[in-house]
Amino acid sequence: MLGSTKFVCKNIWKLFGPDAEKFLTKNPNPSLEEIKQAGLIPAVRDANVEVEEGEIFVIMGLSGSGKSTLIRCMSRLIEPTHGELMLDGVDLRNISDKQMIEIRRHKLGMVFQHFALLPHLNILKNVAFPLTIQGVSVREAEKRAEQVIELVGLKGYNKSYPRELSGGQQQRVGIARSLAVEPELWFLDEPFSALDPLIRREMQDEFLRLQAMLKKTIIFITHDFDEAIRLADRIAIMKDGKIIQIATPENLILNPADNYVEEFTKHVSRAKILSVKSVMSSTLCDSEEEVDGSAKIVDVAEQIVATKTPIRVVQNGQAIGSIDAKKIIEILVKQV
Amino acid sequence: MMKTFNTIMNSIWFWIGLFILTYIIAMDAKNIAEYLNAPWLTKYPKDWIFPTKTYISSFMNWLIEDASFGLFTFTEFTRAISWTIEQPYKFVLALLSSGFTSGFGKNIVQILPPLSWLGVLAFVIALAHYAKSWFLAFIVGLSFLYLAVFGQWDSAMITLASVVIAVPIGVGLGLMFGIYAYYHPLFEKILNAILDLMQTIPIFAYLVPILFMFGFGPVSALIATVIYAAPPMVRNTMLALKSVDPEIKDFGIMTGCTRFQLTWRILVPASLNQIMVGTNQVIMLSLNMVIIASMIGAGGLGFDVLSSLRRLDIGGGFEAGIAIVILAIAIDRLSQAFAVRQVQINKKHKDYGVLSRYKRTFIVIGILLSALIFGQFLPFLQDFPKAYELSTGTFWSDLIKYLNINYFDYFEAVKIFLLKGFMLPIKRFLLSVPWGWMILILTILGWKFGGWKLALLNLLMSLFIVINGVWDKAMITIYLCGASVIIAAAIGLPLGILAAVNDKAGKIIGVFIDTLQTLPSFVYLIPVVMLFRIGDFTAMIAIILYALVPAVRYTAHGVKNTNPELIEAGIVSGATKWQTLTKIRLPLALPEILLGINQTIMLALSMLVITALVGTRDLGQEVYIALTKADTGRGLVAGLAIAFIAIMADRIISAGAKKARIRYGMEAE
Repeated sequence: MLGSTKFVCKNIWKLFGPDAEKFLTKNPNPSLEEIKQAGLIPAVRDANVEVEEGEIFVIMGLSGSGKSTLIRCMSRLIEPTHGELMLDGVDLRNISDKQMIEIRRHKLGMVFQHFALLPHLNILKNVAFPLTIQGVSVREAEKRAEQVIELVGLKGYNKSYPRELSGGQQQRVGIARSLAVEPELWFLDEPFSALDPLIRREMQDEFLRLQAMLKKTIIFITHDFDEAIRLADRIAIMKDGKIIQIATPENLILNPADNYVEEFTKHVSRAKILSVKSVMSSTLCDSEEEVDGSAKIVDVAEQIVATKTPIRVVQNGQAIGSIDAKKIIEILVKQV
Repeated sequence: MMKTFNTIMNSIWFWIGLFILTYIIAMDAKNIAEYLNAPWLTKYPKDWIFPTKTYISSFMNWLIEDASFGLFTFTEFTRAISWTIEQPYKFVLALLSSGFTSGFGKNIVQILPPLSWLGVLAFVIALAHYAKSWFLAFIVGLSFLYLAVFGQWDSAMITLASVVIAVPIGVGLGLMFGIYAYYHPLFEKILNAILDLMQTIPIFAYLVPILFMFGFGPVSALIATVIYAAPPMVRNTMLALKSVDPEIKDFGIMTGCTRFQLTWRILVPASLNQIMVGTNQVIMLSLNMVIIASMIGAGGLGFDVLSSLRRLDIGGGFEAGIAIVILAIAIDRLSQAFAVRQVQINKKHKDYGVLSRYKRTFIVIGILLSALIFGQFLPFLQDFPKAYELSTGTFWSDLIKYLNINYFDYFEAVKIFLLKGFMLPIKRFLLSVPWGWMILILTILGWKFGGWKLALLNLLMSLFIVINGVWDKAMITIYLCGASVIIAAAIGLPLGILAAVNDKAGKIIGVFIDTLQTLPSFVYLIPVVMLFRIGDFTAMIAIILYALVPAVRYTAHGVKNTNPELIEAGIVSGATKWQTLTKIRLPLALPEILLGINQTIMLALSMLVITALVGTRDLGQEVYIALTKADTGRGLVAGLAIAFIAIMADRIISAGAKKARIRYGMEAE
């Protein structure tokens, strides 16, 4: 069910260095200077995230911003110094190792930047691997593996070995492998960063196609703002270990939290992201034509510019405002 | 005060002065001691000797006679280990060499003969073809054929049997320790320290306690082989597991692997490459150990070499020695081919019928069975016919005889010249330096290169040597080893430089040192003994041959890998070739050259115990005597003394090399 909270990170801290835990208990909310003075290296500072069921939640940051550490804290590959992790209301930091293994086997999936395929196994065995770890019989595991391999478009490659495939194909295997166990929470750690730009776009489309079908809850890491904008339902921007803003792509562009965020938004093509209703004026008007409020500017720009007078904006058959050519041209010109 | 002291030590004149002072003290030590009426100054008194060796020996006695773990005694424990190792060994030995028998003494009946030579030959050829190619099959087949034709078959099979048992045990233990260390950092630290120490203690030193605990026989030899061969497996396993891509490890954890699954289904298979390197090293070291192991009861080729050496039978020893080398080459190539094959398993298998798919297996089984059945009537199927065996033994013996008859005077002249003009002065000098003064110098050296920690280490280690009453033997050790290293460096450095600046010469020198390296250390001893007879000189030549390799290799590497920009800078400044070499390449290669000399010293020290066979009087001899008497305390003390000399030399030189690297900015302080 869409809209309910699936996964919560509360006050996640990760400091590297000796006695980091003691330091945090003494001073639960230290400043950057205080941390550095104590000889500790801050990787994640007080991260708070709530991910909704079926949402693509993108964490975007440049290298060294702490995004990789954060996703590793979320999956408990790295133990956070402080904080709570709740998956479906279960406190992940307060369960036994055995329970954690069970949750990883059945509820979590992860895709890695450099694919992390096992070099000694062929594609079929690689994809079936997580299932065999659970104790599923080889025959059943391989049957399921064949299905997901077909799903990612690699039918016929079963007997190939990872190094015989291209980077894009390898990552398809990585995706197939993490989907084989039908995870509920799907971590993707810069999955397309190691790929060529053309392949990257193709893989993003493929990813969106899969998500439209599977509707997983997704936490996606990237350093590429365009990629974040393209894929995300919501984006968290990280800098120096801190999340500075969490917002939808549209909101991020309209209301950047600070100059740092604004700097990123300057270079994206706004017309593709902004919807008509986010830039219209609320004065109603009469016109022969009308546009849908949730349509992206880029799709209706031609129609609006061709009309001299303002056009009515409607949503669910009701007029909610108006928009004119001047506004559209302003948006189109502003983008670089 | 400290600062002035340091400046003084940095001056070259300080060291020259110290040397002259030492020389004067050494010359007059006797007189001074007499004058002061303090003989202990020159000779460490017997009464002051601390009986470490007696303690160790009585501890060992207690261990074997009284020690008990509650449920069972120590002796029962060692016997259980022997029994466990003996069973598979007996089986493989029966298979390859002795045949299966029943009954005892006179009633002994052979139930089944061992595998026929044809069968074994077919088996290894098939294995080589399966692992790689017809070419490898040809090489391996030829090697085994050599063993049969030159009459080494029976001994070789005994040796092979011990390798077949020792290698899996060594690999298994190495894997276990390596994996445990991977998950337990504290254990890893302890293990690394032990492995470092094991590398410097000569093998002989731990032969003695093994002999004491497990008795004389093939089982002791197997245990010694495993202890000698397993350490590189431990190191390679740790290295292999650590080198696995962290993402792959993360993937394993995210998939919900238990630790067992993570180890055996992810980490080990993903790093099989490196683990196979370790396995290969275990195999090579097991073969290196063949001769030494025969001193505590292994039969086979090693025993042949050892007994020929004792009989001074040059031909026999050489033949058996070469057989070891050939066996080693064959097994090495075979195991390397398997290592590569393991990694590229994706050869596409086409599905033929069962018969053609397993045709190699069928052929080998066919040959084995027919040899077994028809071997009863046609003995040449079972054993290689004696009439067709060849021997090169007489050729080698004759060659040496010829050299001795015609060139004896020349050899003798060289020997006497070097002995009188070079070796004896060093020996006399070292022996006459009072022990207290020597310890002081070692401590100062430690301070100069490694600060107070190294000074303290040197002080304690040299005190250990003197307190245990092996000072004179230690000095002879240093003399023998030092003289060898000086000559090895004098030959090795120019060869290394030549190899670096001239590609053609480099190739020839490469082949030369590769050959030196594959020969088992004993093999050097035989011809040298024949030409120069028994004594220090012979020992020195054998040590030089054995220890030359790293001096050449490191020098060549260091000189060759000078930063090309610096050489260009030299050329642009108008330097001649000679100037670039002496002013740029050599100084920059200095740290690497120092490390090469360090390795040379380590190899020289490890060779000492082997040269004890030709009648040296150093610590090596002490260990050797302890071995023949199974005197654990004596052997361990002498072994530790050698190890301490090695450690002191190693630390001083490494620290010096590090200082040089820091000065050149190749390494951060």
